[in-house]
Amino acid sequence: MIGWARSPPSATLSRMTASASPPASASPLTQADISREIAERDDAYRASLDAGEQPFLGTSLDFAPYRSSVLRHPTKNPKLVDPESIELTSPAYGHHEVGALESDLTIQHNGEPLGERMVVTGRVLDGEGRPVRHQLVELWQANAAGRYIHQRDQHPAPLDPNFTGAGRCLTDEDGTYRFTTIKPGAYPWRNHLNAWRPAHIHFSLFGNAFTQRIVTQMYFPGDPLFALDPIYQSIPDQRARDRLVATYDHELTSPEWALGYRWDIVLTGPQATWTEPEEGDE
Amino acid sequence: MSMAASIPTPGQTVGPFFHYGMEYPQAAELVPPRSPGSVQLRGTVYDGAGDPVPDAQLEIWQADEHGTIVRTPGGAYRRDGGAFSGFGRASTDAAGVYRLWTVEPGPVDGGAPFFAAILFARGLPTKLHTRIYLPGEAAHNDAFLASMPEHERATLIAHRDDEGRLVHDIHLQGDRETVFLAF
Repeated sequence: MIGWARSPPSATLSRMTASASPPASASPLTQADISREIAERDDAYRASLDAGEQPFLGTSLDFAPYRSSVLRHPTKNPKLVDPESIELTSPAYGHHEVGALESDLTIQHNGEPLGERMVVTGRVLDGEGRPVRHQLVELWQANAAGRYIHQRDQHPAPLDPNFTGAGRCLTDEDGTYRFTTIKPGAYPWRNHLNAWRPAHIHFSLFGNAFTQRIVTQMYFPGDPLFALDPIYQSIPDQRARDRLVATYDHELTSPEWALGYRWDIVLTGPQATWTEPEEGDE
Repeated sequence: MSMAASIPTPGQTVGPFFHYGMEYPQAAELVPPRSPGSVQLRGTVYDGAGDPVPDAQLEIWQADEHGTIVRTPGGAYRRDGGAFSGFGRASTDAAGVYRLWTVEPGPVDGGAPFFAAILFARGLPTKLHTRIYLPGEAAHNDAFLASMPEHERATLIAHRDDEGRLVHDIHLQGDRETVFLAF
């Protein structure tokens, strides 16, 4: 049986920190430099598992290959506290608050956006597998060319006048959300020379408790950029990374219309425990 | 349930472009600004170099002034003039400042009143939980706050400025690093 560690075991953490201080360098950082740092962190994590430490299934706050995090991650371990009533509840959203059309990112302008039309749907569940009902799901993304509409994104890929790239919906009785959108393109950024983010969709989710709230990113299966991306790699455990990758589902694909992806989300809060399944308990 | 299904979905950074995905009209106004009983909660988010963080977002979730947690749907997303929901979010501006209009939460279950808060930012690989306690006697007597040294406690309690605003800075690193929470 293994449990959730809320942060990497301290020995793992210090080893990770020690191995990850960015080298002072006059020449621009290359993908090889970043990949080397990522490999060091990977090796340290595997070694910690081999040494019998608990798996860490969250996201490392201190992950220097993601350079902007160096001055922005807390240096102290978080303080463990019993959640109070307010933290065990979540905002309540009414059906009238979010319009049905806000979940379709392809109908927000006069014309059809360019790119691969797709549906993404799934269920939002809590750690016990219970549906998270009537909760807000927000999403934002680049267009098919990998360009965000945000004014800070000025890289030379075209904006699409028919695509903004933001939407929202409420989960239904079953915890299901559903969006119609366009598959986003890969996105270049300046973490290092020739840095490219795997295609992704940003998701913001509320659970049944404020402690369960997450903002995360959904990826597409088989992306060749996973191994190179310091944001995807800020999650040390492959099983946890896999939770962010949608599954192509031909049953969701509709003829001559849209490709279908399924992505379920599991939100855990306080006292979340996970037990290695018994043999044959699948 | 299979193992894969029960592994929680990990967080990822909010990135630089969250504004157009997560901002909505009056998101930072839990109550109309300057309405009777309202208060402005504001502060600056700082990085480890002491520079303001202009691309962060702070969310608060709180009880009303009587200490009641609103469970009636409505008002958290579409502000409909009057219905207090208890939820708000504010992006930091170019100077790293967030501003929210709200009411001071009352005590829930007799505890010291606080805003539950979550910080997101570009460069922050995932969310951070913290609390923003109201200044005053109740915070002074709170067992959780009493369990930590003064320099840490000070990072969790807002102060009131001359204009009656609640001011609460957040430091991601450094001597005044804010106490963040795990549950």
